[in-house]
Amino acid sequence: MLLQVRDVTRTFGGVKALDGVCLEVEKGGVHGLIGPNGAGKTTLINILSGITAPSSGEVLLDGQAVHGLPAHRLAAMGVARTFQNIRIFPAMTCLENVMAGQHMVASRPFFPRLFCLPSARRREKDQRIEALACLRRVGIEARADFPAKALSYGERRRLEIARALASRPRLLLLDEPVAGMRQKGVQEMGRLVQSLAAEGMTLLLIEHNMAFVMGLCSRITVLNFGRTLTTGNPEQVSHHSEVIEAYLGVSESHA
Amino acid sequence: MDLLAQQLINGLFIGSVYGLFAVGYTLVFGVLDILNLAHAAVFTLGGLLALWLVETAGLSLWLAFPASVLACGVLGLILDRVAFAPLRQRADSNFSGLISSIAMAIIFESAALGLFGARTVRFPAHTVSVHIWRWGGISITSLQVEIVAVALLLMVGLTQFLNRARAGKAIRAVAENDRTARLLGIHVDGIIAFTFFISSALGGAAGILFGLYFDSLSPDMGRSIELKGLAVIILGGMGSIPGAIIGGLAFGLSEVLTVAITGTSNLRDAVAFTVLFAVLILRPSGIFGRRKMREA
Amino acid sequence: MEALGQFFAIYGSLVNFIGINALLALSLYLTLAAGQLSLGSAAFAAIGGYTAGILTMKCGFPFLLSVAIGSILSGLVGLVIGLPVLRLRGVFLAIATLSFGEVVRIIVLNLDITGGAQGLVGIPNLTKTWGIYLTLALAGYSIARLRRSRAGWCFESIREDETAAAAMGINTTYYKTLAFTLGALLAGLAGGLYAHLNYIITPREFGFSVAVDLLIYNIVGGVRCWYGPMLGAFLLTALPEILRGTGVAAGPVRMAANGLILLLVILFLPNGLVSVFTRPGRPQAGLPPAAVAEEV
Ligand SMILES: Nc1ncnc2c1ncn2[C@@H]1O[C@H](COP(=O)(O)OP(=O)(O)OP(=O)(O)O)[C@@H](O)[C@H]1O
Ligand SMILES: [Mg+2]
Repeated sequence: MLLQVRDVTRTFGGVKALDGVCLEVEKGGVHGLIGPNGAGKTTLINILSGITAPSSGEVLLDGQAVHGLPAHRLAAMGVARTFQNIRIFPAMTCLENVMAGQHMVASRPFFPRLFCLPSARRREKDQRIEALACLRRVGIEARADFPAKALSYGERRRLEIARALASRPRLLLLDEPVAGMRQKGVQEMGRLVQSLAAEGMTLLLIEHNMAFVMGLCSRITVLNFGRTLTTGNPEQVSHHSEVIEAYLGVSESHA
Repeated sequence: MDLLAQQLINGLFIGSVYGLFAVGYTLVFGVLDILNLAHAAVFTLGGLLALWLVETAGLSLWLAFPASVLACGVLGLILDRVAFAPLRQRADSNFSGLISSIAMAIIFESAALGLFGARTVRFPAHTVSVHIWRWGGISITSLQVEIVAVALLLMVGLTQFLNRARAGKAIRAVAENDRTARLLGIHVDGIIAFTFFISSALGGAAGILFGLYFDSLSPDMGRSIELKGLAVIILGGMGSIPGAIIGGLAFGLSEVLTVAITGTSNLRDAVAFTVLFAVLILRPSGIFGRRKMREA
Repeated sequence: MEALGQFFAIYGSLVNFIGINALLALSLYLTLAAGQLSLGSAAFAAIGGYTAGILTMKCGFPFLLSVAIGSILSGLVGLVIGLPVLRLRGVFLAIATLSFGEVVRIIVLNLDITGGAQGLVGIPNLTKTWGIYLTLALAGYSIARLRRSRAGWCFESIREDETAAAAMGINTTYYKTLAFTLGALLAGLAGGLYAHLNYIITPREFGFSVAVDLLIYNIVGGVRCWYGPMLGAFLLTALPEILRGTGVAAGPVRMAANGLILLLVILFLPNGLVSVFTRPGRPQAGLPPAAVAEEV
């Protein structure tokens, strides 16, 4: 088990964004996280990536307690993420975005650069090549020298994933990667997710696009009003009566 | 004891001017989340313009005051048009707005310097007739009372306006969330311009009262109140009108008390800025502020 | 050779002053490069300047040692102040650093050892022009080489988006504090050199308006590359002399020119004057607007 979330609660003022959520993600494969708007999916990802701390409960990564650790510590343990509202570095070029994302894995000492040693140049060249490979992976290699702010919406999403890949994560958290994309973009993203999983990476995927989730995920967890409704394979989840109710918005009796 | 009482009263008088200055400052911050560093320059121009109207144009202060306040309001409109409106869509509009307000502050200050000269000047002696009341060792002048009355009147008027009037409610709606306000059919850009008008008019009024109270005006008189105003609106909580009023009074009191206790005016600002620094580190939302900050 | 001597006789102090201002602007650039708006850099110059001045004057320390100690002390203060203050964001950070600057100025104003308001008088005149420019060259070169190092990438990422930078694995607290401390170190160094330039330093030379000037140099020159701040410091420090040369004598006009330049730059050249010269061939606008709208 790569990731275990046990009884996690998070409140904002009076609002319980998460209320005793439990979740287990196995090593390898794609795990889906779905739920209506405001269910607490993004809040959960924020906790898993250390952007916010849980009010109570625990998170185990490889059996090690990681809840409440700052974001950079979690990143060092192999967790990478994208953001629902896309947070690329707008003024950098695409290549620079990805090279910035290599922070965890690249060696860039100051003094060899200060004295213009050949080793510094060699390192930078290797890192550039690796960054280009990340861009190629998501299909925007041709945009390498474009400022990120000049990209289209879909390209920005892909750039953000490329930047996350640059840190060679074990666990990749994707917050609505195909929101607002057209069919072609959705299919390409699906292939990318599959190929990443095939290499042994673990993915936790939030998405409202049901066809996308059902097609990719081996297991799916459903959140509603900050609680875990159910976890199961796509077949089980899509026939679960409470899930259907939650999505039809008639779940008052269970809330 | 009398001396202390006298100092406290003086502190309230000067504090009410600080409050008036800070109210305008904080109003713009509340609506736009932008620090308008040109506010102090408008304050200076307000005082100097009123003086010019009294001295050179020969108006009575009762005419010069509203005329100058109105002119400052117009300066506020210019400020918005030139320095803030063009930057509103920019991603870093808080930062660039701060910079362009510094630019406008320099331009306004140079205008004050060019139009009114670098000298320190004062209102003619007969501008307002002054009575002095004494109780024991305490003395209060009618001028002081008038200054507090005008400052309080303007501050209370503003509060009522924001709570009651249609336009005031629109300002609060824009401060809350400009996108929602736009959806509600509020003319957001107009409301922002109007906010600048009110804010600058109040700043100008504070400048006139300040000039009357200290009996001296100069093109750089905004410099020191600029920092004090910042301290006041942080203490009061950015964007909070009652906070700014109470903060202003508290700041005025702390100043005179520091002087009274240490016996030297050199340390006057030290206490205030130390408190300000501490508040920022311990409770950045200020004593009355309750801004919510959202992340990610 | 003679012409050069004549030039230095007339403009020597201006040349020195430009160098010092460029160093100070670079020190602020270090913090701005990590996305942190500080208005306290003048205070760090004061710490370095006064410490170095006092050490050479009263303790008989050699010049270089005094300057080094002043710089290190300033850096240490930067570290201690930076840790709590850098949790604040945007204008709150600006105001906190500003109030720190005021506290430092007031302390300097009230201590005996610093000479109070009269200033520290009689510091030996040991800073040479070549020393200033050698320091500037070394500082500029190191900062330029910082760009693609680990710290440089971190600063740039934090400036672009602090939350995303943290999620990418950057210890934002560490790198923000590092930028702030390096900036304080450099400002302290510049202050030490400055103190040994004119026999005297006074608290007035390290006030709020100086901090604002340094910010203006950065904005006008441009904060997206290392030579922007130097360019800004050079142009704006030399500008009064240039205007004097072209016959514009009046103070207000020169001041207005400063304000106008700043306003025009922030409105039309958000990346500063250097963006006029650099990278014209880059495909900034290479993408048709239609492509941006696609898929949304
Ligand atoms: N920083 C915050 N401060 C206050 N409330 C918050 C904060 N973050 C989230 N919330 C609240 O917590 C609840 C869950 O929000 P969250 O963003 O996690 O939902 P979500 O499942 O990601 O929804 P969506 O599908 O719309 O993205 C919402 O009611 C939201 O308003
Ligand atoms: Mg969400």
